[in-house]
Amino acid sequence: MKRNNLLNIIAIIVFIAILFILNMTLDAYKLRIFNLAGIYVILGLGLNLVNGFTGLFSLGHAGFMAIGAYTGALLTMSPEMKEMTFFLEPITPILANIQVPFPVALIAAGVIAGAFGALIGAPVLRLKDDYLAIATLGFSEIIRIILTNTQNITNGALGIKGIPGYTNIWWVWGIALITVIFMVLLIKSSYGKVFKAIREDEIAAEAMGVNLFKHKMMSFVIGCALAGIGGALLGSLIGAINPLLFRFLFTFNVLLIVVLGGMGSITGTVLSAVVVTVMIEYLRVLDIDMNLGFIRIPGIPGLRMVVFSLILLMVILFYQRGIMGTNEITWEKIFGLKNRISNLITRRKAS
Amino acid sequence: MVYGILRLINFAHGEVFMFGAYMAFFAMTSFGMPWYVAFIIAILLTCIFGMLLEKAAYRPLRDAPRISIMISAIAASFLIANLGIVVFGGIPVTFPRPDIFNIRIVIGGVSIISKALFIPVITAVVLMILLYIVNHTKTGTAMRAVSKDYEVARLMGIDVNRIITFTFAIGSSLAAVGGIMWALRFPALIPFMGIMPGLKCFIAAVIGGIGNIKGAVLGGLLLGFGEIMIVAFLPELSGYRDAFAFIFLIVILLFKPAGLLGKNIAEKV
Repeated sequence: MKRNNLLNIIAIIVFIAILFILNMTLDAYKLRIFNLAGIYVILGLGLNLVNGFTGLFSLGHAGFMAIGAYTGALLTMSPEMKEMTFFLEPITPILANIQVPFPVALIAAGVIAGAFGALIGAPVLRLKDDYLAIATLGFSEIIRIILTNTQNITNGALGIKGIPGYTNIWWVWGIALITVIFMVLLIKSSYGKVFKAIREDEIAAEAMGVNLFKHKMMSFVIGCALAGIGGALLGSLIGAINPLLFRFLFTFNVLLIVVLGGMGSITGTVLSAVVVTVMIEYLRVLDIDMNLGFIRIPGIPGLRMVVFSLILLMVILFYQRGIMGTNEITWEKIFGLKNRISNLITRRKAS
Repeated sequence: MVYGILRLINFAHGEVFMFGAYMAFFAMTSFGMPWYVAFIIAILLTCIFGMLLEKAAYRPLRDAPRISIMISAIAASFLIANLGIVVFGGIPVTFPRPDIFNIRIVIGGVSIISKALFIPVITAVVLMILLYIVNHTKTGTAMRAVSKDYEVARLMGIDVNRIITFTFAIGSSLAAVGGIMWALRFPALIPFMGIMPGLKCFIAAVIGGIGNIKGAVLGGLLLGFGEIMIVAFLPELSGYRDAFAFIFLIVILLFKPAGLLGKNIAEKV
């Protein structure tokens, strides 16, 4: 156990050093993608806690992200910027003059998204399976429609532009790191065990004296709060948000990450978040014309999403719990692998 | 319009619906068929398409956890919609309206366009056929048995896979009919047109009680009327039109989790 703690600390230090190097060497575009990957790590972990660990199939992630993004944007923008953005209808006076530092705005985004999660979870978490999925999806649509129609708070369909770009590699990956540590601790705690019990068999868990509603609620609220923080970071990274950004498609992307990584695997989610985000960017070549020197392959717009849906479909058909399943990459496994390889080598040599 | 015997959300229903409308469009424009032939061919093609979809995306997961089935359905739905963009293009196309649907009929001083008359009539006929199949044929009995408990149904010697494929075939044909009618009503086709109707028809089915045809009709009517009424009587709320369906759904689910006409079944351990 002591060895693992030491290794964890070393890993974190190495990770920070890598971040430092990446921050120095990557150009702005690649850095942006890398930051996006970090945000997807946070979002994916939030969704994985709800879908993978607690077994509640929620499709409302985009809605909570939207709440977080709007909270973060409205709290960090300067009063002058707000006046410029809200030219159709002035912003409500309560919000017009608030400007808080970025960390406070992030926390506020998490808290408000979590509060909405609690509000929505109270009625909806009584439902099961597909009904829960549709109800949460419905709520995320309702949130989007409300955002489109409340002109004096969210600037309606025009969205908010000119959000100060505080997001950098340290904010994103720092929070992602904290999220990972938090998740590991949470899953290892007694709460984590209860979540898994609910996932495996709700009725058996209830018979063991688990307060189903309380734990479901807890998992859901934490997931929503993480979505809110991710949303606020995203808003600050892109600089402009509008309600259309938070369509069901966004939930689909996060779901893709969770499923590919494995429902119920933290390390799987982190890995697949990075891989998927990078792939989403690099597969853009599919949508544009390709010039191979002697032959021109016309790009087909939309092919990129076809590829992703196909990957998701294949993974779910062949690995029902995602590629990593509920497995984690742990130090024990890495060392076990090393031992196995060295055993293999010695055996080869002997023969 | 909707059919949910499998007790699973067919997220791809809206895409099947889109496929039906596009097939009718291509049959009429590219191949120049008369509209009745085109419609029949579109319905047949969509029916085959639905069966293939069931084979590809649902059958391998028959005994898998429900979450997996649902994710597979969502993935299939996105796949079809995006394939639609690739194959049919993202630009809306105009659905040609056969003349017979555009005749003005004057009955007692009220003039209506014939399509407004055709749509309810077709719906009623389709509904009759459906009720007959489900309630009075052997296949229909088997279908109801499968929806109650497919393991027991299997023990009774019912070929569950065949029944489910058949259910999908019927569901897809109905989706095609719905898609064609939708195209007659709103003649602009885009590959993503299926998503909203797909969700709404699921909502209608849940409101009425899943697996209950009369319930689905009732749910569809309530939903459609409710939406129009909101827009008509509370115009300042018309921006919230799409939210209405979801709010309605959640309220119904909270008070009657099995839907208006559904029976409440306790889960057995």
